[in-house]
Amino acid sequence: MSTPIQQKEPSSFRLASTLAVAGLISGVAIVSVYEATLPTITHNKAEELKAAVFKVLPEVTEMRKYQFENNSLRFRTEEGSDDQTLYGGYNQQGAFVGYAIPSAGPGFQDTIGILYGYIPEKRKVVGMEILESRETPGLGDKIYKDLYFVSNFSDLSIDPEIVVVKKGLRDKPHEVDAITGATISSKAVVRIINEGNQRWISKIPTHGIPLPEKTGE
Amino acid sequence: MATPSSPYEEMMKGLWRDNPVFVQVLGMCPMLAVTNTAVNALAMGLATLFVLVGSSFLVSVMRSLIPKQVRISSYIIIIATFVTIIDYSLLAVFPKIHKELGAFIPLITANCLILGRQEAFASRNSVGYAVMDAIGMSVGFLFALLALGGVREILGEGALFGFNLFGPNFEPWVIMILPPGGFLTLGLILLFFNWVTERRKQAQIEYQLAEERAS
Repeated sequence: MSTPIQQKEPSSFRLASTLAVAGLISGVAIVSVYEATLPTITHNKAEELKAAVFKVLPEVTEMRKYQFENNSLRFRTEEGSDDQTLYGGYNQQGAFVGYAIPSAGPGFQDTIGILYGYIPEKRKVVGMEILESRETPGLGDKIYKDLYFVSNFSDLSIDPEIVVVKKGLRDKPHEVDAITGATISSKAVVRIINEGNQRWISKIPTHGIPLPEKTGE
Repeated sequence: MATPSSPYEEMMKGLWRDNPVFVQVLGMCPMLAVTNTAVNALAMGLATLFVLVGSSFLVSVMRSLIPKQVRISSYIIIIATFVTIIDYSLLAVFPKIHKELGAFIPLITANCLILGRQEAFASRNSVGYAVMDAIGMSVGFLFALLALGGVREILGEGALFGFNLFGPNFEPWVIMILPPGGFLTLGLILLFFNWVTERRKQAQIEYQLAEERAS
């Protein structure tokens, strides 16, 4: 450019308005992308959760959303979920099998979100699925990639409390083998499940809510 | 630029001669953090490509409208917008990959390769050149990410793009997918890159000397 080096300073108003306009355009763009992708993202999450419920509870063919309210459970009919929502699984005959309980807490890097299956009659955790995690790739992410670790949770007693032991030392029904190199993440998973148990176990009825009798149509 | 060049040359320089990773050593954070597998490297490379090309285009279009006192803030606003767009789009379309890359998608905003190209190139050149430069640079970045991600996944997991290469008897070299493996591999690749460049220079000097003697 052949303009002189010392140009006239643009006014402060010009500077501020440039940034304001840029911010405005950017804001509009971000909001429209958010709005455009939100239905798909919510749908994906709901599908993921539904798939997870069937994974953490064996022999379950039907699920219902429960809401804990005024010290009792009811079917949740509203869309979405909040921190008082959990899920009930039923088998083919329509009999209650167990609960799928969401629980979350801090991991090594960020919040870990977990859904685990719990059968009140046996007082056992029967499955665990990580819904959300930003654990270290290659190490902490073994909490869902390492099938051996995940299998720890397929028949796990909750009494007196789930504990993590060094890999290979597991010999009691309430013990979990830690992942070598990812002890913090392993402990976080167990802590989150224990917290979920403390919160829910004493409140929820052993046999869930019976499905309403199907009326012939 | 000392010599006027064609848009094609602007694009090609990013691939090897001015490669953002091997020569300019920019964008090291995603380079080391998400190259533990080839798929993650590919996804990160493509996301960066989208952001860099989009921002270079916009910055070049608006280069006469943005006063130079607020240019950096304006570039960051433009870059952050593109990053947010790719963040949400990935979450909607490829939730699995979004889960893998995690925090590193929003962090593309802070990749100095992108801001560097806006300041050094897009804000001083016409749209065509700016876009070609952005394509070249991001393909060069993608190439570097893939080189590192490929090596680390092969050695660290015995697989490439998730396909098992060596069968069940392979003992994974776990350190390669951990941070030290990233530094080691990057160091070795840089060493190789410099060695090749050095040899080329040497060959050129010898060729010139031989020519002078002959004349």
